[in-house]
Amino acid sequence: MTTESHTTAARERIGRSEEHEGMDEITILWISEGMSCDGDTVSLTAAMQPSIEDVVLGLIPGLPKVNLVNKVLSPSLGGEDFLAPYRAAARGELDTPFILVIEGSVPNQDIIEGDGFWTSFGNDPATGQPQTINWWIDQLAPKAWAVVAAGTCATYGGIHGMAGNPTGSMGLGDYLGWDYKSTAGLPIVNVPGCPIQPENFMETLVWVLQHAAGDAPPPPLDHMLRPQWLFGKTVHEGCDRGSYYEQGDFGLDYNSPKCLVKTGCWGPVVNCNVPKRGWMAGIGGCPNVGGICIGCTMPGFPDAFMPFMDEPPGGALSSLVIKPYGAVVRRLRGVTNEMVNHEPKWRHRKSKLTSGYDPYWRP
Amino acid sequence: MTTTESRPTGRKPAQLVDMSWDPITRIIGNLGIYTKIDFANREVAECHSTSSLFRGYSVFMKGKDPRDAGFITSRICGICGDNHTTCSNYAQQMAYGIKPPPMAEHITNLGEAAEYMFDHTIFQDNLVFVDFCEAMVKATNPTLLARAERTDAPRGEIHGFRTIADIMKAFNPFEGEVYKEALRVSRVTREMFCLMEGRHVHPSTLYPGGVGTMPQPSVFTDYLSRLMHIIDFIKKAVAMNDDVFDFFYEALPGYEEVGRRRILLGCWGAWQDPAVVDYRYASMNEWGKAMYVTPGVIVDGKLVTNNLIDINLNMRIMLGSSYYDDWVNEQPFVTHDPLGNPVDMRHPWNQTTVPVPQKREFDGNYSWVMSPRWYHQETDKHLALDTGGGPLARLWSTALNGLVDTRYVKAVDGKVRIQLPKGESLPETTLEWSIPKWSNTLERDRARPYFVAYAAAMALQFLEESMELVRAGETKVFQDFEVPDEAIGCGFHEAVRGVLSHHLVIKDKKIANYHPYPPTPWNASPRDIYGTPGPYEDAVQGQPIFEENGPDDFKGVDIMRTVRSFDPCLPCGVHMYMGKGKTLDVVHSPTYGASHG
Ligand code: SF4
Ligand code: SF4
Repeated sequence: MTTESHTTAARERIGRSEEHEGMDEITILWISEGMSCDGDTVSLTAAMQPSIEDVVLGLIPGLPKVNLVNKVLSPSLGGEDFLAPYRAAARGELDTPFILVIEGSVPNQDIIEGDGFWTSFGNDPATGQPQTINWWIDQLAPKAWAVVAAGTCATYGGIHGMAGNPTGSMGLGDYLGWDYKSTAGLPIVNVPGCPIQPENFMETLVWVLQHAAGDAPPPPLDHMLRPQWLFGKTVHEGCDRGSYYEQGDFGLDYNSPKCLVKTGCWGPVVNCNVPKRGWMAGIGGCPNVGGICIGCTMPGFPDAFMPFMDEPPGGALSSLVIKPYGAVVRRLRGVTNEMVNHEPKWRHRKSKLTSGYDPYWRP
Repeated sequence: MTTTESRPTGRKPAQLVDMSWDPITRIIGNLGIYTKIDFANREVAECHSTSSLFRGYSVFMKGKDPRDAGFITSRICGICGDNHTTCSNYAQQMAYGIKPPPMAEHITNLGEAAEYMFDHTIFQDNLVFVDFCEAMVKATNPTLLARAERTDAPRGEIHGFRTIADIMKAFNPFEGEVYKEALRVSRVTREMFCLMEGRHVHPSTLYPGGVGTMPQPSVFTDYLSRLMHIIDFIKKAVAMNDDVFDFFYEALPGYEEVGRRRILLGCWGAWQDPAVVDYRYASMNEWGKAMYVTPGVIVDGKLVTNNLIDINLNMRIMLGSSYYDDWVNEQPFVTHDPLGNPVDMRHPWNQTTVPVPQKREFDGNYSWVMSPRWYHQETDKHLALDTGGGPLARLWSTALNGLVDTRYVKAVDGKVRIQLPKGESLPETTLEWSIPKWSNTLERDRARPYFVAYAAAMALQFLEESMELVRAGETKVFQDFEVPDEAIGCGFHEAVRGVLSHHLVIKDKKIANYHPYPPTPWNASPRDIYGTPGPYEDAVQGQPIFEENGPDDFKGVDIMRTVRSFDPCLPCGVHMYMGKGKTLDVVHSPTYGASHG
């Protein structure tokens, strides 16, 4: 969507230092045609702090003018008309710098023998055949001012990169390489979550835009390229049920308001702020409301956390020794956290599929 | 199968232009509409609908713990993930032989009601209405807009807009009053959802066996107070929609033909009655009919069956234009249902999904969607049922069945009556939806706000019943269970945009087979092995064009309205290619009728 019609004039920067190096206008090219459920875009529309309209309509001070190109939110005409800015960017002719947002995991196109595709975004004008998502990423990522991965599929592969998947799906880091740098010198900015917690995403996007405006350093990211301030703590550390855990008081089924660790909660080793922040407007947030944490923000999701409804390995141990051996528990937990902070080995770009897919699997 | 029964004589020689719209929208993936338009006779000559995304849920779920199925299948859809979780839990409950406590059913029902209110509202007001907004009508039918400016809105005292054009202005994206208000309502309704299901899109509190939501009185108060603040918005939405759609019929005679299909509707029912449902297959007919939206297959206006067992057994998954290998030569997973009825090899219980990526060829295979059909024994035909975008089939089936008789919603004499209480500015209101003459674009759209009202009314009842249980101390929300070594199950539900089923086979306590069938494969399916087009294709093909623009500046708004009326999966814009079409060399239409073969 170009927001031209909704923007009366480029906002003037008053009182800024002369030598600021930021840009005045930037385009967000959002592609959700990866292996996704589009839940991240839907989630995004729930954000209020700030809302996407606030950003696009210029209500947040200090940001460049933002042209958001996202199909869900676009009042534009679509088809080739909708694709025009993507095509321009692919040719290197877009008239503003752009942030490439990818939603959904990247399938492995190279495991397909002959013609065919797993997912596409528009058609190849020359052949009329579907244009693969891989082609678009190959064209756009080297030219992007920044690349943002929205949701666990795009960051680490997520559900669609599960064991036994036939598509060889992987996260953007696996696809572009973990040492990828955008033209601004930024690594991929990963905002995991299945789907993204609405405010987590908007806050990160705003930080990136503030950086684009020259008003902020790049957002601080951890070793899995997540914003540190959002993913630096565990679910458990923000959970309402934490005091039950401390007292060794556990729910034995889902009828209980007590700690859910015995019924499947992975909160102690999962990096996520959802119980603390709530899901939207402070409402909801998995264990607080009675939902086990299934680790949906993690690189190891989902395989490392399945079966979800069983007690996590080590859960009993750490819940037994919780009081006397706090320090030991922290260390043990560190080990588990390490483990779930890794992606399974089959998410890669090689032309051989190693996810364990068997087309005629029978028990 | 096409709706276009006969062509009037005196037609001009066809002037065909290729027009395609791809990407149209993220229908959990990628929907493309490819047409040939006959500008001489102002109608669509041919239509193919494609989906270009394969993810493979039914493939990678194999071998997993069946209890994980709801968590995984939620991720099929980024807008109605909860509908999938709920449906998966229904299927699992059948397989595990359990029944959740009544409070769990109410909480699930309240979550689903909030989902319907949220999703239909954001879709209709923020996306469908862009096709009916002032800016769009000006660009496509300027004379219609001029007339709208002169036409008083008959229900102005309810919704507050004086003319039809005033309503259209309020639909304008980002700026219009209704557009902005709908975004607010879509957030409030999502908060209501999160109160019950923890988070939106993918719920965290739903389990096979019940929910984990704590039934504190405050949860229900928080939900109710939000509901009461949007209740007048719902009343206004119905009035506004009626005004605009009535105006279209009146101002553009023949508009009823836009998106009209033969009446072939399917509804799988929604909201369980906790007093009746036990999730046993053998009693599915009884508890299916007790659902608060009644299931039904409707053919040419007649109710063919409301029995979920019949509905289940006659499902057929066809190939014909899809990128998969056939599975008919595999071993069946399920030869007979629990009542001893034979189960067809093309039934979801027996399906094996084997993806074969290949080129797109419109006279060969062109879609990742398969072709679900419903086998009508009486006529020996595989019917391409559609869902009417959800609400149309739900209201139609409920009205025809005449079984729903609740505190606020009653189905009588081919009508559905919905009673909404007094709100901030409008009095207590009774709305009445009657079975329309056509299954077409405008009626699919009209049904949507009525169903939002329906969901609000049901939510009021579920809230009252929940509080009765809380006060009686019946606050159990979860029923424990064991996963059996071998079992089968099926779940039937309504995703926001229509029929949803999950079919599950368990062997050695693992998932041996799992096939979810959401509404979009029904609606967006390509031509099947018999050449029967899917509903989008059928509804668009043969429809007249009312847009005033010629081929050079054609926008395709009438086609866009039709595809959109089915609610293509996400609340996404249907983005049409508005560039210049390429004129084909062909002068005669090669397609009417023949294209189906
Ligand atoms: S419910 Fe989960 S996150 Fe909360 S205290 Fe228990 S283990 Fe930790
Ligand atoms: S608490 Fe767990 S399940 Fe919930 S959003 Fe965070 S990581 Fe996902």
